[in-house]
Amino acid sequence: MALLEVENLKVEFPTRRGVLTAVDNVSFSVEQGEILGVVGESGAGKSMTGAAVIGLLEPPGRIGGGQIRLDGKRIDNLSPDEMRRIRGRHIGAVFQDPLTSLNPLFTVGEQLVETIRTHLPMSAAEARKRAIEWLAEVGIPAPDMRIDQYPHQFSGGMRQRVVIALALCAEPRLIIADEPTTALDVSVQAQIIGLLKRICRERNAAAILVTHDMGVIAETADRVAVMYAGRLAEIGPVARVLQNPSHPYTAGLMGSIPRVGPRPDRLIQIEGSMPRLTDIPGGCAFNPRCPKAFAQCHRVRPELRPVADGAAACLLYDGVTQ
Amino acid sequence: MTDAPNATAGAPLLQVKGLKKHFAMSKPFLNRLLEGGETQTVKAVDGLDLEIPRGKTLSLVGESGCGKSTVARLIMGLSNPTGGRIVFDGTDISRAPAGQPAAIRRRMQMIFQDPYASLNPRWRVGDIIAEPLRTYGLCETREAERREVDRLLEFVGLNAKDGDKFPHEFSGGQRQRISIARAISTKPEFLVCDEPTSALDVSVQAQILNLMREMQRELGLTYLFISHDLAVVNFMSDWIGVMYLGRLVEVSPAAELFANPRHPYTRLLLDTIPDLDMSKRDRQPVAGEVPNPINPPTGCHFHPRCPLANDRCRREAPALRVYDGDARASCHAAEEGRDATAIAAQVPVARPHQAAV
Repeated sequence: MALLEVENLKVEFPTRRGVLTAVDNVSFSVEQGEILGVVGESGAGKSMTGAAVIGLLEPPGRIGGGQIRLDGKRIDNLSPDEMRRIRGRHIGAVFQDPLTSLNPLFTVGEQLVETIRTHLPMSAAEARKRAIEWLAEVGIPAPDMRIDQYPHQFSGGMRQRVVIALALCAEPRLIIADEPTTALDVSVQAQIIGLLKRICRERNAAAILVTHDMGVIAETADRVAVMYAGRLAEIGPVARVLQNPSHPYTAGLMGSIPRVGPRPDRLIQIEGSMPRLTDIPGGCAFNPRCPKAFAQCHRVRPELRPVADGAAACLLYDGVTQ
Repeated sequence: MTDAPNATAGAPLLQVKGLKKHFAMSKPFLNRLLEGGETQTVKAVDGLDLEIPRGKTLSLVGESGCGKSTVARLIMGLSNPTGGRIVFDGTDISRAPAGQPAAIRRRMQMIFQDPYASLNPRWRVGDIIAEPLRTYGLCETREAERREVDRLLEFVGLNAKDGDKFPHEFSGGQRQRISIARAISTKPEFLVCDEPTSALDVSVQAQILNLMREMQRELGLTYLFISHDLAVVNFMSDWIGVMYLGRLVEVSPAAELFANPRHPYTRLLLDTIPDLDMSKRDRQPVAGEVPNPINPPTGCHFHPRCPLANDRCRREAPALRVYDGDARASCHAAEEGRDATAIAAQVPVARPHQAAV
C-alpha cells in the first residue's frame, strides 16, 4: 500500500460569484521513500494540493470532495486537533519563505526543542541534544553555538536549513515542500536541494515537492505530476516525462524553457496564458492553447488514462476519434 | 539614430568606465558620537568597466546583492554615480540630471521586473503608452498619438482595443507587453531590461523573450539585459558580464563564457544550471553564500568560497585581464595558470542543446 493516497481530490473556494474549483478531481499516490514532484505554472493548483494534504487550506478554501489517506487511514475529515497531531509527527512541511516559517521571538533551539518534545517522549536535555544533532545534520556550522541564536542571525540559506531541520526533527515519513528554494540564490538553491534529497534518502522519508521550476524537479524527483488549471495533465517517471512528454502541455512547457548550449533563434512558445478559475474552458482546459486540439477537445473532458509508464489526461490517448 | 555628432560605425553605443556607487550605511551622526561605531559604506558598484556594441546584447548576471540592478539604475540616470563615467554614443551622461539631456534620454528606455508595480493602476493602457510620446512631444496631434499607440499595441502582440482598458484587466505576461510598448514608444536605440521575465511563468517567459529577440532584429535595438538565470541569458546575449559583490569578475562573448569559463565564480554559476536532459545528476554544490556587502572579504571578494584561493587572493584585488577568445576575467588563479588542472577536472562543459520537444 502506498504511504499517501489522494483520490479524486477537489478543493473549492466559495465566492460571491459562485464556487470556484481550484483543484479538480486530482488523484495520485506517494510510495514510502519516494519524491514526487508537483509542477505547474502559477494558479495551476499545485500549492493548494499540498495544503490540502497537510490540512492547511486557508479558509474559505475547503476540501469539496475526494479522499486523502495516509497509511490507509483517512486524514481529510479529521478535526483540527487531530490534524495538528498528524502535522509535524507524520507529515512535515517546508515552505517558500524561511523567514515567515520561523518565529522571530524564539531562538532556533527553543523552536526545535518545542517541536521535538511535542511529538516525541523526550526530556528537555535530550531534546536539546537532538536539536544540536539536527542542526549539524542540515549542515549548520558550530551548531552548539548557533542553537541559542535567533532566526535573524541566520542568512537566508541557513534559515532554510533550520526550517528543514524543524520539519524533520519529529521524523515524519512524509514531507511537503512548497517551493523550498524559490526565495534563495542559485548557488544556495543547489545546496538546499542536495540536502533535502540526501535526508529523504537516508531516512527513507517520502516527499511531495511542489515547484514551478522544472530544473528542481529534474534534479530531485522520482516521479513528476504536471498540473494545469487545477487538473492533473500528466504523471510519470521524471526522466521520461521531461524527455518524452505525453501531454501537449508538458511538451510545450519543456520547449519554452531556455537551455544552455547553441543559441536558437526562437524558443518554442505556448500561445496565451493559463485561464483564470472563473473561466476555465469546456472540455479539456488546455484546448485553446493546444497545438494538437481537435473538435472533441472542446466538448469532452479527458480523464487520466495510462500512457507509456505513466498516465495522461489527453484525448489523443483516449481512443476518441479525431 | 545618426544625429549624434560623433556616432561612428563600430564605436560602442554605451561605454561605462570605472563606475562606482557607494551607499552610506552608517548610523546617524549623533548616534555615532554617543554610541561609537564607524562610518560604513556599501560599495554596491565598485569600479565597473563595460562596453556594449551597437545592436548587441550584453547581459549582467549575478546573485542578489551583486549590484547588477544598481548598474541599470545608474545608466538610466535614476541614481547618481559616486564616481566613473557613463558615455552614451559619445556623450558623457554620468553627471547629467535625470531625464537630461532630453535628446539622449529619449534614446534609452527601461523595462522593469515587476509588471504589477511598474504600471499605474489608475491610468488606461493607452495613456500609459502615450506618456513618453507626450513627454518628448513626439506626436503633433491627438489623432497621430492614438494611431501610434494602436500600432505599438499591435506590435507587441496585443489588440488596439486594449488601449481603453486598465492594467488590472491583463495577466502578468500581457502587462509586460504593455511595459515593452511603453519603452519602445520613443523609438529608443537602447533598452535596459532589469529581470524582465523573472516574475513570469515559463510559458509566458518564452513569449516575452521571443518578442524581445524579434524587436532587436527588426528595430536594431541594443540591450543591457539583467538576469540571474544563465539559461535565459544564454538565449538573449552576445556578451555576458558576471558580477560578484559590486565588481565584474568576468566579461566574455556568450559562447566563450559557456564553453570556457575563466573565473571560478562563473564556473560555480554554470554548475548551478539545472540539467533538464539528464535527470538526477548529482551536482557538487559550492559551499557558502554571498558575504555581507558592508564588510566584504579583502583582496578578491570571492576568495572565501574559492577552491583555488591562496595568500595573494586574500591580499590583493585582481584586475580584469584579457584572455583568448576576447574573454576578460579578474582572477589571480587564471592569470597564474593555477587553475589549469582544476579546470580540466571540474569545468561543466556546455551541454549540446537538445532539440526541444
